[in-house]
Amino acid sequence: MTTRMFGSAIRRREDPRLITGSALYTDDMTLPGMLHAAMLRSPYAHARIRSIDASAALEAEGVVAVYTSADAEGELNPVPCAWLLPNSGLVVADYPSLAKDTVRYVGDIVAVVVAETRYQAYDALDLIDVDYDPLPAVTSPEQAAQPDAPQLHENVPGNQAFHWTLTGGDVEAAFANADVVLHEHIVQQRLIPNAMETRATLAHYIQASGELTVWNTTQNPHILRFVSSAVTGVPEDRLRVIAPEVGGGFGSKIAAYPADFITMLCSKKLGRPVKWAETRSENYQATTHGRDHVQEVELAATKDGKITGLRAKVWSGMGAYLSLAAPGIPTILHGLMLSGVYDIPAIQEDVYGIHTNTTPVEAYRGAGRPEATFMLECLVDRLAKELGLDPAEVRRRNFIPAFDNGHPVVTGLTYDSGNYQGALDKLLDKAGYQDLRRQQAEARENGRYLGLGLATYVEICGLGPSQVAGAIGFQGGLWESAIVRFHPSGKVHVFIGASPHGQGEETTFAQIISSELGVSPDDVKVVHGDTDNTPMGWGTYGSRTTAVGGAALAVTARKIRDKAKIIAAHLLEAAVEDMDYEDGKFFVKGSPDQAKTIQEVALMANVAWNMPAGVEAGLEASTFYDPPNFVYPFGAHLAVVEVDPETGQVDLQRYVCVDDCGPQINPMIVEGQVHGGVVQGVGQALWEGAVYDEDGQLLTGAMLDYAIPRADRLPNIEVHSTVTPSPHHPLGVKGIGEAGTIASTVAVYNAVMDAVAPLGVQRIAMPFTPERVWRAIQDAKEA
Amino acid sequence: MMPKKSYVQAVINGESREFLCEPRQTLLEVLREELGLTGAKEGCGDGNCGACVVIQDGRLVCSCLELAVESAGTEITTVEGVAGRQELHPLQQCFLEDAALQCGICTPGFLVSAKALLDKNPDPSEPEIRLWLANNLCRCTGYDKIVRAVEHAAERMRQEA
Ligand code: FES
Ligand code: FES
Repeated sequence: MTTRMFGSAIRRREDPRLITGSALYTDDMTLPGMLHAAMLRSPYAHARIRSIDASAALEAEGVVAVYTSADAEGELNPVPCAWLLPNSGLVVADYPSLAKDTVRYVGDIVAVVVAETRYQAYDALDLIDVDYDPLPAVTSPEQAAQPDAPQLHENVPGNQAFHWTLTGGDVEAAFANADVVLHEHIVQQRLIPNAMETRATLAHYIQASGELTVWNTTQNPHILRFVSSAVTGVPEDRLRVIAPEVGGGFGSKIAAYPADFITMLCSKKLGRPVKWAETRSENYQATTHGRDHVQEVELAATKDGKITGLRAKVWSGMGAYLSLAAPGIPTILHGLMLSGVYDIPAIQEDVYGIHTNTTPVEAYRGAGRPEATFMLECLVDRLAKELGLDPAEVRRRNFIPAFDNGHPVVTGLTYDSGNYQGALDKLLDKAGYQDLRRQQAEARENGRYLGLGLATYVEICGLGPSQVAGAIGFQGGLWESAIVRFHPSGKVHVFIGASPHGQGEETTFAQIISSELGVSPDDVKVVHGDTDNTPMGWGTYGSRTTAVGGAALAVTARKIRDKAKIIAAHLLEAAVEDMDYEDGKFFVKGSPDQAKTIQEVALMANVAWNMPAGVEAGLEASTFYDPPNFVYPFGAHLAVVEVDPETGQVDLQRYVCVDDCGPQINPMIVEGQVHGGVVQGVGQALWEGAVYDEDGQLLTGAMLDYAIPRADRLPNIEVHSTVTPSPHHPLGVKGIGEAGTIASTVAVYNAVMDAVAPLGVQRIAMPFTPERVWRAIQDAKEA
Repeated sequence: MMPKKSYVQAVINGESREFLCEPRQTLLEVLREELGLTGAKEGCGDGNCGACVVIQDGRLVCSCLELAVESAGTEITTVEGVAGRQELHPLQQCFLEDAALQCGICTPGFLVSAKALLDKNPDPSEPEIRLWLANNLCRCTGYDKIVRAVEHAAERMRQEA
């Protein structure tokens, strides 16, 4: 058997339990004596609460308790914001789990009912009488920033939670000397993440011992424990958070939510297990949303197509309250990436974080980077049109040349490694770009509108050095941890602090151990998601689990190998310096038959009958790995669409991509991440958008009204890659979880704009529903 | 006052099962809460995601949209029963081989749905597969690998037939 598992498309070790229906997600769990909680949510986007009368609900059958803000007084601290951007005037408004005297979005929790059954809990919600005094509401971040807008929080004048600025290079001069200045007004519409598993919490407080166990649909159980301890006052050593199977997150399961704390409070007060599981409409109303930017962007360039400056103002909707990591998304993860794959000498951005009477906004797959990539890449395409150049050529003229160990950009970041031209060249070749352009020209002659849309991107992920985290106001660390434990039989347990929920690290991490230590991946069990039996870690988001946690694991495996080598040398009565290692065997240099296998060493280390002097028993090691830099995956994508000018229908015909996430541990898993990511981004371009009416009612309040990509509207995604290792990661790997989403929205956007360009259409707001496309074509005809 | 419960008998995954349920309880709730079959999931509760689908008397139905009392006397297959006596159904086998899942929450629905398709049409074209599976939502996979897995399973089942 070859033990070189790194790079093999082996089957996922998670799957057997998932395909038989036997895996347990939070809502699949039941405990003896369990009660059910239901949240009463505000039907108004903005209102004062005059009074709440819960007496009828308390009388209802099966109801055990009804709690309102008064019951949480002194029991629940405010929901915290954990990304306190420095130098941005950030103000954190009070965010109570149970609304006190004001509700600020449709979905704000006013009361909770706890009952013996879920039906009884929901029935009783209707019996609670809340007297509201409605107030004017505002839902668009641009409007909420106007002086006469309704104000959400007393201590947040102008609804402005922060104003973050970025300046690099001489932007004034760049624009003063530009041959070409282009302007775009872009609306990055609000999106609903739609993890297919809605959120749920099961809390079990044992009053006798003061211990609280929480099963939750979280992406980061250790953060949830940290935050829940701060909010509920249950000490961290008494608080155990378990993320069982988690059905996707995409950012929406990063935050710790009011409903989670309320469920914990209920269990604490009642001393019985309490489960709360949200409905899909509740998920739409109250689980965090993504994007919601209004962007004004200008690009300066020479007549040769060299980009000389970029200037932007962004109104970033935060929703009614600041969610856990929200302030960092439109700033650090967005503004700092505005140089993209290009050497742009001057960049300036102002980002206004604005409260609106809407669901709080958080990270959503890509988180800030799709919005940055979009700005740049749609302007690069405009520049190509303006100058009569092919979009691939304009990109070529501006790319940062290939580099393998650090390249600084004007925003202050230092990219680790990249070969952007290489990715684009491969894409053009694989897609048959020149042919496609010919087909497009022919089609146009026949009155058919094909469009080609390119997007090249680089993203920042693998968050990140903890020192940087501190400097940018992130209220936590960003390292990851791993423990590797060899049992006497040579089987291995790996315990990690990160918490994958679909990304396949139970498999890829077993592959890392396999390649580093020569055991079969089938002999490695990866344990995650339980704060009581895994080391602290900061969680799975920002494409960081393999990029940081994988590094922690590789370093740990190497510690194990070093120790095993010492033991093997001792057993073979050789000097450590004379030992060699290959494929799970330690042998005396030059005599491979004088060898000890890692399994033999593991047995000896565990029984410890004959250990070298000063070497501890056991074969176990751990690492807390703090990366020296972020990682910067990149790539080039192409979308091919046809637009029907009669109906406005957009048909996505082909999607080809080249992504570079460094060496791939499991290409099949990488491919799956790319597929999913691409389709999510396509969704934003073509179908998805959360819509509020003027009063702040969410019109897209159910799956029927919010169009998630479905199988029949998509082509096969053609996935290719290049391999540029990260110079600082022990395995050279970068992240791949978000890449697809970062590139695909603007690739499809550019394709549609390319298709309709001959019809004189300049701009269409996303999503490209047939009606919008048709109207834009009609308007252009009339103009 | 406690609403009156109804007695229901149905054949579920080949076994005769009896349960009591409230008239308003959905089949999905009864499967999950009364019968301990948590494979079917509630993704939306309104017939839009396919996470809850089961095969009932040969038809694919959203168990979130059917009242449990309506299931009296029917034969139902859930994900827990798709394999029948085999260890794994060829669809499950191909979902494994093709990595047609990530977080897995949608997978029971896709498996049941794809089984209903192959029961009817052992040799579906790719567009037919995509159209059929358009009733099921998956947010993780982008569908490509699911479509591949269904194609492969169909092929395998035709060979074995
Ligand atoms: S839960 Fe039945 S279709 Fe979504
Ligand atoms: S695998 Fe996660 S929703 Fe389909």
